Amino acid sequence: MIQNSFEYIGRKVTGFLFEAGRLTLLFGQVFYWTFKKPSEIKSVFEQMVIIGNKSLAVVTITSLSTGMILALQTGTAIERKISGAANMLGGIVSLALTRELAPVLIGLVMAGKIGSAIAAEIGTMAVTEQVDALKTMATNPVKYLAVPRFIAALVMLPVLTIYADLLGTLGGLFISLNIFDGTSGGYFESLNMYMRLDDVFKGIFKTVFFGAIIAVVGCHKGFETEGGAEGVGKSTTASVVISSMLILVTDYILTAFLW
Amino acid sequence: MIKIVNVSKHFGSHKVMNGLSLEIPDKKTVVIIGRSGCGKSVLLKHMIGLLKPDSGKILVKDRDIAKMDTVELDDIRKHFGMLFQSAALFDSLTVAENVGFALTRFTRKRPSEIKKLVKEKLALVGLENVEDKKPAELSGGMKKRVGLARAIAMDPEIMLYDEPTTGLDPIMSDVINELIVELQKKLKMTSVVVTHDMKSAYLVGDKIAMMYEGRIIHEGTPSEIKKTKDETVKQFINGSAKGPIQMLG
Ligand SMILES: Nc1ncnc2c1ncn2[C@@H]1O[C@H](COP(=O)(O)OP(=O)(O)OP(=O)(O)O)[C@@H](O)[C@H]1O
Ligand SMILES: [Mg+2]
Repeated sequence: MIQNSFEYIGRKVTGFLFEAGRLTLLFGQVFYWTFKKPSEIKSVFEQMVIIGNKSLAVVTITSLSTGMILALQTGTAIERKISGAANMLGGIVSLALTRELAPVLIGLVMAGKIGSAIAAEIGTMAVTEQVDALKTMATNPVKYLAVPRFIAALVMLPVLTIYADLLGTLGGLFISLNIFDGTSGGYFESLNMYMRLDDVFKGIFKTVFFGAIIAVVGCHKGFETEGGAEGVGKSTTASVVISSMLILVTDYILTAFLW
Repeated sequence: MIKIVNVSKHFGSHKVMNGLSLEIPDKKTVVIIGRSGCGKSVLLKHMIGLLKPDSGKILVKDRDIAKMDTVELDDIRKHFGMLFQSAALFDSLTVAENVGFALTRFTRKRPSEIKKLVKEKLALVGLENVEDKKPAELSGGMKKRVGLARAIAMDPEIMLYDEPTTGLDPIMSDVINELIVELQKKLKMTSVVVTHDMKSAYLVGDKIAMMYEGRIIHEGTPSEIKKTKDETVKQFINGSAKGPIQMLG
């Protein structure tokens, strides 16, 4: 009994370590091929368009509502003590959004939207022997499938985050004007007073890492898919779970180093 | 020439190949027959390095393919064409892009030339006006033939066919059999054909090898195979339920 549970734990731990090892290995290969010979340029643009199309709606809704909720919550709380909270909202909303909320929420939403799509697509290719077919035609699947998705995610996550920063700030402004009788002059003045440009840049910088995580985890889970449609389902779920966890951990580490 | 020497391979506790040896002579067609699930597809995948053996050697042009790194593998694979049992078409690409895949990537041919070649190869497998379709819009047999057109697109030296006529009607089967023979005659291809279709096996094979319980238990020319005294082979080629091969197990 005791031996069994040790065996169980041992298997789980080695399983985890092996998985981490393979993920790191794939990351290394993707990185190598990204800089080695930049081929598949057309494919990179295709993937960027796909990511943009797929995520514009969710990013719009996520960022707009986050900005609005943020303004509503902090505004109501501040009004309990001080009147005229509206004039502080610009700073609060934009700081919280650009430093933390927009990057991490976009990261998580995109892990669900894009990471899962990558895992499902490559996973289907793996179980239907399309990945094998690529190999027989002297085409490296990492180079052909993973690298374009990696580069596209690396570029698109920051782009979408900038968009989310802007939209969220406008959402906050909307609440400030309509719920708290603020003025747009006051909103942007406080934004100007509290926020520094490097807050924005550091927030955006974080999402480059999130993009890398989403693409590499999605590809890794895709390539390792076994066992037909059921396997594809499992890989898809696993890719979302793993990349979400990694994004949160990485977010903490980066935040600790950047500020 | 491909030479398989004493190869073993297992998945989990299941031993698929157990000291299997087989020679594929240059410019000849070898047909591999055997029961469903006996490991024919696994054997083909070993020949092109998609699977690695647990032990033994797979020599392609006198070099062990199991020991090659990815760059060497890519080089040697440019001499191969492979038709997968499931066709394995890229479903995000059109038929024309599938068939022209290697041509676009590895030759300097102009798009118009590639288009012409793609049309030619498709005509060889009895298809026309399907260039712009996606694989999902094709029937099973059409997919198989597009897969074949893609495999022969670069006129490879070595062709591996995994059940080329399965799922085709009798007339189309015959067209494909003749194509295999013709490719071997005209382009001097070395071919390995896995099939359940005995008519096709007799027609295209210079040599027929029967795989059973992880080994090649018998090989010979079609006429030798037809006259064989081996009970196992006899049972298989006559397709009878009674004999040394048990239904279960
Ligand atoms: N990747 C794999 N993982 C685990 N087992 C496998 C794998 N590939 C094949 N097998 C097993 O190996 C055995 C041989 O499979 P294979 O596909 O080579 O059979 P086959 O002779 O081609 O059959 P068929 O004529 O039906 O195509 C089967 O029992 C199969 O379950
Ligand atoms: Mg098979």
